[in-house]
Amino acid sequence: MLRGFVGAIAVGVAAIQTPAAGAAEIGIGYLHRASIKSALSLIAQPTEDAGVAGARLAIEDNNTTGKFLNQHFSLAEIRLKDGDDAAQAAVRLADQSGLIITDIPADELLKAADALRDRGTVLINAGAIDDSLREEDCRANVIHVAPTRSMLADALAQYLVWKQWKRWLLVVGSHDRDKLYAAALRRAAARFGAKIVQERTFEDTGGARRTDSGVTLIQRQMPVFTQQAPSYDILVAADESEVFASYLPFRTWDPRPVAGSAGLVPTSWDAAHDQWGAVQLQNRFVKMAARRMTALDMQAWTAVRIIGEAAARTNVSDVKSLFNFIKRPDFSVAAFKGQPLTLRDWNLQLRQPILLADGRMVVSVSPQEGFLHQVSELDTLGVDRPETKCKLR
Amino acid sequence: MSRIWTKYLIFGLAAALATMGRASAFIAYVSNEKGNTVSVIDTDSFTVTDTIKVGQRPRGIEFTRDGKFVMVAVGDDDTIQLIDAEKKQVVDTLPSGPDPELFIQDSAGKILYVANENDNTVTVIDLEKRARIGDIQVGVEPEGMALSPDGKILINTSETTSMAHFIDTMTRQIVANVLVGSRPRFAEFKRDGSELWISSEIGGIVSIVDPAKHVVTGKIEFAIPGLRREAIQPVGIGITKDGKMAFVALGPANRVAVVDAISHSVTKYLLVGQRVWHMAFTPDEKYLLTTNGVSNDVSVIDVAAQKVIKTIQVGELPWGITIAQP
Repeated sequence: MLRGFVGAIAVGVAAIQTPAAGAAEIGIGYLHRASIKSALSLIAQPTEDAGVAGARLAIEDNNTTGKFLNQHFSLAEIRLKDGDDAAQAAVRLADQSGLIITDIPADELLKAADALRDRGTVLINAGAIDDSLREEDCRANVIHVAPTRSMLADALAQYLVWKQWKRWLLVVGSHDRDKLYAAALRRAAARFGAKIVQERTFEDTGGARRTDSGVTLIQRQMPVFTQQAPSYDILVAADESEVFASYLPFRTWDPRPVAGSAGLVPTSWDAAHDQWGAVQLQNRFVKMAARRMTALDMQAWTAVRIIGEAAARTNVSDVKSLFNFIKRPDFSVAAFKGQPLTLRDWNLQLRQPILLADGRMVVSVSPQEGFLHQVSELDTLGVDRPETKCKLR
Repeated sequence: MSRIWTKYLIFGLAAALATMGRASAFIAYVSNEKGNTVSVIDTDSFTVTDTIKVGQRPRGIEFTRDGKFVMVAVGDDDTIQLIDAEKKQVVDTLPSGPDPELFIQDSAGKILYVANENDNTVTVIDLEKRARIGDIQVGVEPEGMALSPDGKILINTSETTSMAHFIDTMTRQIVANVLVGSRPRFAEFKRDGSELWISSEIGGIVSIVDPAKHVVTGKIEFAIPGLRREAIQPVGIGITKDGKMAFVALGPANRVAVVDAISHSVTKYLLVGQRVWHMAFTPDEKYLLTTNGVSNDVSVIDVAAQKVIKTIQVGELPWGITIAQP
């Protein structure tokens, strides 16, 4: 059943973009999971093509370049449903693509990476932000384009410290990933000299995210939840599960700004980002997808562009040569961030500036001025070489 | 009404008298990307004499060959505006494609080639008829434009594709594509046509291309003590007419590199304003003016002395610059 599905898509791709005769074909797989990731804000609801739309645009961009180099790129997509095994699907994709972009949870990504280890298939993680995948669980056949939680937390912390908002009230959700984000924020506070004056947990007691008169209830609930806090400058929320953070701005007991999972949010991309030529990409994306570009779309775009850049520079199409080229110290990719993005050789994580966005505008871009580093200022974000637990194998 | 005319007349006379005494003065026009204005600089006194309101996001800017007009690409208005150099105001528009950024005209001043970032095309415009007469499909995000001295080859660089496209100006077909450093921004021929230089903003280099063989033959690299590699982002290039000396603007490195254009080695770095983008020589090549986006100013470099001698405040985010031919 799954195989038939993949076949149908591959045929579809071939029908749409007929490569020039004799063009070198570079097939890229895309593995993601259909899940109900409900967001509190209606305008933040993920679409059916979340992420993969960015990959499709990068395929178009690669093919525009490819037509001058006699190279052709195509995308084969598998969208996992509940109960589908990610590792099995990855193996099926690997039959036709030696390079697979993934947007699946960390545990599934690890299983897929291990299942493909001996086949030489390279995975490019565009979705999972877990530090563990770049640390104790790092794998030699996985490149990470998505930033890590610690990179995101450090980017936010640098700005808050620069702004002299050093006393944080940390509110943490009750789910595992909320706790992981909170751990990254605690680490960031300690690294950059912020102080967490108090920590509170927001229990997820279930219930629908949208109800007809919910707003009345929230308006009473949030001030009460945030009252009697010690003096603080900013409330930092760790709520990747989308349970409460977006309810906090303008509803805190004390008049304080909010950051983290709501308010000022660290992210790899924002639809409002217009620096360094980004408007061109934003325009291309809106034209193609009929919606605005999200961080996940950008991560997938960058993953496909890394492959395109390596293929254009080397003029080869075999996976091994491409992967070796991508791992070279002089490899870099341009991604509208004002500087070349390079890979950390110790764990294959893409170095990248992180945007701080408020939902309408990009407020700042980290690393902030003054946070220095002997190798790359981008390495002031996230776990650095001397601290890494990763041993690539 | 008559009073206004009198006022203009007096202004005009004063301006005419002022110009008469200084035959060597040239006029520089600077596009201010954020200010939506063009600053006019007198290169004798090095002061801003006029500020002209233009459309949204002015970037590429160039005098017409007859010196009567200044063309300025206003990207967010999807057009190129014509400024009457005498009236110092916008008088007409040209039908460029969407989001024009940089453009170049042929030596006769009859044909204009425009890089349109948003739809991967170079638009061809008949300047006399002020009409669009063709499109050429190129790579992703076309930007840099150059014409070979004999006018036969048009160069367009595309930023995400990282290529220089060689276009035959007769057939308007691409005849060669040369891969250069990442995010190519600007292209410039030596006057004798022997070399084509292409700056790569993200690659951090200038690629030297043999225009006849269509191959990269060398590169100029930059290293500034105390500055990280990522901050060195080459954009604007200026090569002297004799092909011996060149200047390269290094963006957020806040410096212009002085390059021995024969050996392709950097001889000096000149500290200018912040985020230096583009540059133009005065026609006598005595001075080189650079646009410094973040510090909102223009640096004046004495070419022979290789020194920055003056800084001129202009509008917000100066981007492009053109100086009138004598």
